[in-house]
Amino acid sequence: MKIIIVGLGKVGVKLTDRLSQENEYDITVVDLSNKAVQKVTNDFDVMGVVGSGASIEILKEAGIQDADILIAVTGSDELNLLTCLVAKKSGNCQTIARVRKPEYSKEINMLKDDLGLAMVINPELTAASEMARVLRFPSAIDIDTFAKGRVEILKFKLDEGSVLHDLRISEMGRKLQCDVLVCGVEREDKVFIPGGDFVLKQGDFVSIIAAPHNGSAFFEKIGIKTNRVKNTMIVGGGDTAFYLAYQLLQKGIDVKIIEQKQERCEELCQLLPKATVIHGDGTDNKLLLEEGIECAESFVALTNIDEENILLSLFAKSKSKGKLITKINRIAYDEVINNLNLDTTIYPKNITTEYILRFVRAMNNSLDSNVETLHYILDGKAEALEFKIGDNSPVSGVPIEKLNIKKNILVACIIRNGKIIIPRGKDIIEKGDNVIIVTATTGFNDVSDILE
Amino acid sequence: MNYRIILYTLGWVLNIEALAMCLPLVCALIYGESEVCTFLISIAVCLVFGLPFTVRQPKNKSMYAREGFTSVALSWIVMSIFGALPFVISGSIPNFIDALFETVSGFTTTGASILTDIEILPKSIIFWRSFTHWIGGMGVLVFIVAVLPLCGGSNMYLIKAESPGPSVSKLVPKVKSTAKLLYGIYILLTAVQIILLLLGDMNVFEALTLSFGTAGTGGFGILNSSIGSYSAYVQIVITVFMILFGIDFSVYYLILIRNFKAAFRSDEVKGYLGIILSAIILITINCFSRFDGLAEAIRHVSFTVGSIITTTGYSTVDFDKWPEFSRAILVGLMFIGACAGSTGGGMKVSRIIILLKSIVKEIKIAAHPRSTHKLTMNGRVIEHETVRGVNVYFVSYFVIYALSVLIVSMNNFDFTTNFTAVAATINNIGPGLNLVGPTGNFSFFSPVSKLVFIMDMLIGRLEIFPMLVLFSRYTWKR
Repeated sequence: MKIIIVGLGKVGVKLTDRLSQENEYDITVVDLSNKAVQKVTNDFDVMGVVGSGASIEILKEAGIQDADILIAVTGSDELNLLTCLVAKKSGNCQTIARVRKPEYSKEINMLKDDLGLAMVINPELTAASEMARVLRFPSAIDIDTFAKGRVEILKFKLDEGSVLHDLRISEMGRKLQCDVLVCGVEREDKVFIPGGDFVLKQGDFVSIIAAPHNGSAFFEKIGIKTNRVKNTMIVGGGDTAFYLAYQLLQKGIDVKIIEQKQERCEELCQLLPKATVIHGDGTDNKLLLEEGIECAESFVALTNIDEENILLSLFAKSKSKGKLITKINRIAYDEVINNLNLDTTIYPKNITTEYILRFVRAMNNSLDSNVETLHYILDGKAEALEFKIGDNSPVSGVPIEKLNIKKNILVACIIRNGKIIIPRGKDIIEKGDNVIIVTATTGFNDVSDILE
Repeated sequence: MNYRIILYTLGWVLNIEALAMCLPLVCALIYGESEVCTFLISIAVCLVFGLPFTVRQPKNKSMYAREGFTSVALSWIVMSIFGALPFVISGSIPNFIDALFETVSGFTTTGASILTDIEILPKSIIFWRSFTHWIGGMGVLVFIVAVLPLCGGSNMYLIKAESPGPSVSKLVPKVKSTAKLLYGIYILLTAVQIILLLLGDMNVFEALTLSFGTAGTGGFGILNSSIGSYSAYVQIVITVFMILFGIDFSVYYLILIRNFKAAFRSDEVKGYLGIILSAIILITINCFSRFDGLAEAIRHVSFTVGSIITTTGYSTVDFDKWPEFSRAILVGLMFIGACAGSTGGGMKVSRIIILLKSIVKEIKIAAHPRSTHKLTMNGRVIEHETVRGVNVYFVSYFVIYALSVLIVSMNNFDFTTNFTAVAATINNIGPGLNLVGPTGNFSFFSPVSKLVFIMDMLIGRLEIFPMLVLFSRYTWKR
């Protein structure tokens, strides 16, 4: 499949990285900067064209006539939209554009339909939605939803003295009487997709898959509080903060935003009448203490500077027991940051990449099945994919324990007619089901890829 | 530096070399020569050294510029050393330095020979000699990238190091597909030439060996008179194909995908053909009286011009005896070379074009200091880094050239011989003038000079920097 990526900023490079690793795609990248193109073509197995993506000539050189997908992720929304428009006229491909300005977010559906875009991504909005979801369930470090919200994968940390410590997974069901499945464990730097014999230890990061109410029940049983936060302190009043505050206020959560620029404060005041807007420097510890960081139930660091966000969260951690969320835009030191134990870190570029990858994979599907949802779990080392089972699928009609499934793959959940089934060995996948697979190998496009 | 991946690459180079040696083995079997044992031993030795390194893929497959360059340079040295085995073992060229010279001359598609009489050699040895041209023409590492599942975009460094030209780019997004396409076009053109030669009343052996020599723009002939004794038809076919193999292969790719507009936009190809035409006209006028009529004159002159500019090195007449003006033009053509992205040698027409355009730009800036100029080629702006690279290449080239002439002159031969001998080796042509002219050879040089020539041939084929990188401490420092 031929893909053209226009714009080699953070998301563009990350996309190129992930897509070129999957080896199935012929990728051409376009950017105005010669240096950026050189760097990417040196690091990855792709072709590069230097020029503006909105120019027909450049697109022709990049092969727009044969392309299947064009992804416009430059820094300018207008350029992205224009590129997609030109691409649609010169070729016959699906177009994806990144449009982040809040002014456009209201008319986004009209833009999408009129310009024939297959997908519009607003990274700030999706990051904010992800944060809002986490705040709903503060004990979880990470939440990913599947099957339109009917199934969730929740990641939490096994604390000291937890009832799950030294428990074998096969005993868990019997002891706790819960309908959940452990689909992944991270211990030190390694990732495990556990079988029944796996023993959980404290300090593990455990990912479970369950329907939302079963998930809450499970957390209560193991003694982790599941209450929603009642208030949030946000440092940084950018677009992400706006989207997040909007969603939280709708759910009845109190929001306090600390923003440095006077003008922006006034804007936010107008846009979010129910929020408390504080004009001040969020890195000033005294201000944070004054505004009650010690009793805040959650703290979200959303400045534009990653390092500040990390320090703010560390400070908040030392002062309060609330839920912490940190936004990291740029730096790639994921593992180091994880060792700081900052609760949840959100990487907007990863979220955007995930969304786009999901779409690309779904397009690259074969006959009977396709990828409906895709999430990177276990710190990007594993994937959870939701497939729809069509006719003649090789995995249907046979009991799961009899299927010749490759190593390190788990059939985590079956959704049949709206009902969630946590599968045991004797269960059989049927046509029309949605199946969630957890795997440590990337690049599955079809559910039959799980078989040997 | 990732030594494991370098050794892995070297291992595969040896395995492929062993595979390549199977062809002359078959030839020896067909002709019933005793060299069957020679090739069996050589194949065995290659595999003994090659297989242990390739049994397992290294865990760390990362290959950056450093590993790319050293892999290429070491591969060519190792390939040449092992490729000399058949010559030594069969006794055809008992002296190892001589055998190494001949092998390096083969792989680098130079075509300079230390043999005084080619025709007494066994057919399979002559076959191996010519086949080395074919392998070295497109490159053994390009072949490896096309065929083996070495993963990652970092394979681009291998192809960049081995392919000639100021800036190497891909034909299609994937490196592997690009390599496959290049080899596909290469094999196709060779096959067409073989068929055309067979139609010209040649036997299979001759058609194969001469096509190998043309495709790689090498120049090893199988008769002592090079191409002089073949029919006019054969000479014309070889002329045409020499020139074709000197054209950038990406132009052929563009023609294949029917993008004719882009194909004919190449300034380099236009320059190349223009130079060929002007040279033919000038030399024909200068040498007219030596030939029987215009047709014969044009035939021999075009053959010679085509042979020298593409750095093939075949000859139909002794051009050493031509008037000085023609000889001077030929020496000039030796330096210009063929197009980048072809199998030819020399400095490459695109570099010459960039240098000339730089001169014009300097003149304009000298007259009008505040004006801004950008160099363009093929309708595209040439990046400053590329121009800088070409300038440094030019300087390094001449420094190495001067040093080589200096060392070789210790053998006390005349200046024209020394000068054109180095020109013939560093540009991978083959014959020079005077003592190393088309009727001469390199046998009389001392072993030291032969080693200098060996280095020059490798430096020329790999375009200087991969070889120099090998000798720099900076590369090997952790």
